[in-house]
Amino acid sequence: MSAEIRVPIEHERDIVTARQRGRELAAANGFSSTDQTLVALAISEIARNIVSYAKRGEVMLLALEETGRRGIVVIARDEGPGIADPELAMKDGYSTAKSLGVGLPGAKRVMDEFKLETQLGKGTTVTMKKWVR
Amino acid sequence: MAVPILKQEDVLIAQVQAILSDDDLNQLKDDLSNRIGRARSRGVIIDVTALDVLDSFATRTIRGIAYTAKLRGANTVVVGIQPDVAFGMVQLGLSLEGVETALDLEEGLAFLRNAANSRGPRVR
Ligand SMILES: Nc1ncnc2c1ncn2[C@@H]1O[C@H](COP(=O)(O)OP(=O)(O)O)[C@@H](O)[C@H]1O
Ligand SMILES: [Mg+2]
Repeated sequence: MSAEIRVPIEHERDIVTARQRGRELAAANGFSSTDQTLVALAISEIARNIVSYAKRGEVMLLALEETGRRGIVVIARDEGPGIADPELAMKDGYSTAKSLGVGLPGAKRVMDEFKLETQLGKGTTVTMKKWVR
Repeated sequence: MAVPILKQEDVLIAQVQAILSDDDLNQLKDDLSNRIGRARSRGVIIDVTALDVLDSFATRTIRGIAYTAKLRGANTVVVGIQPDVAFGMVQLGLSLEGVETALDLEEGLAFLRNAANSRGPRVR
C-alpha cells in the first residue's frame, strides 16, 4: 500500500494540486477515467470549502486495500469555524456564501462513502471513500 | 496559467488550459469583458477541451462570463466539454443554465454565425 499524501490547503491554487494528486492516486489504483474525474471533482469542492470558509487546512489522500476491494480515502481537515447546522449544509442549494451550495451534497453523491464531522469553533473534517468498480 | 484569447473575425476564442485556477478564471472574465468592447465582438467561445474537471466554482464563473458578455452584446458558447467532465457535472448537480454549448470549436462558430445572421447587421 502506498504512503499517505498530504496536501496543505492555504491558497486557491492548492485546490488544483489536491485534485491532481487525487486523480493520480485514483489512476494508480485502477480507477476508470470517469471515476478519476469524480474523485478529482469531489476533492475540488471540499478543498475549496476549506479555502472559502476555514482559510487553511489539509487534504490527505490514501490508497485503501481490503479483502476483495481497492479504493481511496480522502480526508479534508480544517480548524476553521465549523458548521452550525451540518444537516442543512448537506442540502442541495444551501449556501452561506451565496454560491451554488452543491459542494457537500455533490461530493457525497460522487463518492461511495461520505462523513461530515464538524464542531463550532473547532473545525470540520470530511472523510470520503470511493471503491474501484 | 493565463487563458489566451484569440480573435477570429468578430468572435473571441478563449482557449482554456488544462490547469485552470480561480485567478485564471477571474482574469479571463475581466479580459473578455474588455476585449468584447475593444474588438466589437459578437460572440465568445470558451473552449474547455483541455479541462479535466469543471467544479461548481468554474461553472458559476463561466455562467457569469456568459452573462457579462451578453450585457456587452455578445453570445457565449462553451465548447469541448469532455464526456467524463459532463458526467461529473451531472452527478454533482451542476448545469450551465443560460449558456449555449456545442461539441467543438467548429460547431460553436457555426452556432454564433447563425445567431449573428438571424440578428441582422450590427448598427454602429
Ligand atoms: N470546511 C467548512 N468550514 C465551515 N463551513 C463550511 C465548510 N464547508 C462547508 N461549509 C458550510 O456549508 C455550506 C454549504 O457548503 P457547499 O455545499 O460546499 O456549498 P457552497 O460552498 O456553495 O456554499 C457553506 O455555505 C458553508 O456555510
Ligand atoms: Mg462549496
